[in-house]
Amino acid sequence: MAVQTVAPHRRRSRRVYWLYLIPGAVALAVVILIPFGLNLWYSLHRWKGGLAPQIWVGLDNYRSLLHDSAFWNSFQNSLWMILAMVVLPTLIGLLLAAVLFDYIGKNVGSRTASVLRATYYLPQILPVAVAGIVWNWIFNAETGALNEILRGFGMTNPPNWLGDPHLALPAVMLVLVWIQIGYPTVIFMSALQRVDPELYEAAELDGAGWFRRFRAITIPQIKPETFVITLTCTIAALKVFAPIYVLTRGGPESSTLVPSYYSFLNFFDKSKVGYGAAVATVLTLVIVAVALAIQLLQARSERRDEEGV
Amino acid sequence: MTATLTPTVATATVTHKNDRHHRGALRWFILAGAVIFAVLMLAPFVLMVMNAFKDPAQYSSGGPLALPTSLYTDGLVKFWNAVDFPVKLWNSIWTSAAVAVGGTALSLLTAYAIGIGRVRGRMWIVMIFLLANMLPQEVLLYPLYTMAQKVGLNNSGWSIVIIFTVIQSAFGTYLLASVLGTFPRALLEAAALDGANSWTVLWRVVFPIVRPTLSVLMIFFFIWTWNEFFIPLVMLTTPESQTVPIALASLQGDRMLDVPTLNAGALVSLVPTLIFFLIFQRTLTRGVTAGAVK
Repeated sequence: MAVQTVAPHRRRSRRVYWLYLIPGAVALAVVILIPFGLNLWYSLHRWKGGLAPQIWVGLDNYRSLLHDSAFWNSFQNSLWMILAMVVLPTLIGLLLAAVLFDYIGKNVGSRTASVLRATYYLPQILPVAVAGIVWNWIFNAETGALNEILRGFGMTNPPNWLGDPHLALPAVMLVLVWIQIGYPTVIFMSALQRVDPELYEAAELDGAGWFRRFRAITIPQIKPETFVITLTCTIAALKVFAPIYVLTRGGPESSTLVPSYYSFLNFFDKSKVGYGAAVATVLTLVIVAVALAIQLLQARSERRDEEGV
Repeated sequence: MTATLTPTVATATVTHKNDRHHRGALRWFILAGAVIFAVLMLAPFVLMVMNAFKDPAQYSSGGPLALPTSLYTDGLVKFWNAVDFPVKLWNSIWTSAAVAVGGTALSLLTAYAIGIGRVRGRMWIVMIFLLANMLPQEVLLYPLYTMAQKVGLNNSGWSIVIIFTVIQSAFGTYLLASVLGTFPRALLEAAALDGANSWTVLWRVVFPIVRPTLSVLMIFFFIWTWNEFFIPLVMLTTPESQTVPIALASLQGDRMLDVPTLNAGALVSLVPTLIFFLIFQRTLTRGVTAGAVK
């Protein structure tokens, strides 16, 4: 009886909740869905931007991309960005977190550990543009701090870090690693706190050394966090713009060109809006595909773990 | 179980004791490594502070590592006046604050419908927000730029507020929806029995309980918006509307940007975020970890 009267009432009251979706839906449509659609539309045109005529070219822009070496080069550099923003920071962050948590936190003191953690995290909080500008000065060939120091050591002709096509990419990558490290370190430290200490005690009693415990217990236990870090950092690496803009503007000789900067160049420097829109669309597809792939991997690994238990 | 384990515990403690010498050396070695790494991480900050207040003449003669012999503030003054820093600071503060409040409110409303209202097709709605969160800004930039021009919001802080309220709330909705999905139903049912409508439930029952999460979101949104570079760079074309990071970048390549000016500029540009970080440090680290486990 009571159930019967509640049910229709509930169904009606649930409809009320659609009202709460209205502001979010309108906002999403105006700022994301419509611009996304417009961008697709632009990418099918040749357009210099502004009041210039839009000329329908179909998929021509996408076809040109296939033969555009700068475009391929930018995505190749994305792989280096992933190395610098995902792979290296995750590995170093894991090591730092393990050292801070397992060793310094337990044997030296938790205060020391949290001070060190805050230090590693510091680059994360400053505006990326500010970080880039400081590093730009450090790497500057004439007045930069690094070369001044090298000259002080008697090096007569120190390298032009950001001006040499062979050195610019590694220099940019170093800055990105420096910026990123804090994020995995902090997350891994909290992940390690979550791991049941009894697991370690049991393994220690079985005579497993630190490294074996790390491999057999720590790594599997912190898998969820590892996936979150991999996903968010990979997306960030594919999107990276500000550090490139303030450090090298994609140069020298396109050696540090990335997709987002390449589409920016087409939009505003080359006045090839349709082409830039096509680059942005491809970048979006790549990001969504990579994100899906990582999530699938995660789902599969979770399933395998469950079956294993 | 306990009985069989006890002897092993005893031997384990014994080996520990034998190890102590070896461990002591290793301990200092590892600590030294961690500290050296921390020093390397801090090095750019140290270089920045040391050279922000150093005379350009001393910089060229003594190099970046020499301590400044006198407190040179011309660089700071030059930067402050050249970019009209108070204006930039105010632009950054009000746009970031508006996005923090607006983005959190918008996230709460949408997440309320998804997590508590459990509207039909909510999986799809969450998916859309997740995808929106993944989009590179480049794919929205040019259309947003033309749209802002049409409605006269180009070169206005409001364009930044509107755009980032939505972009940040895409993340906020995703996070809050999963938090609200686990909201105790008993509380909601009790409120419904008391005759509370959905609006009252939102503000009297749900809001007080999720307030800690909301405050973490607000801090995130504030810092993220403050640090935004790409869209503000394109949208804010004149100095009087620009934000702090754009102001600093706009000086790049300028003749007047000598070493002390650059470093003083970078220093004052990061001071607000640093202060903000120190104030909210605890809430923030809690938030970073909360986001990770979700």
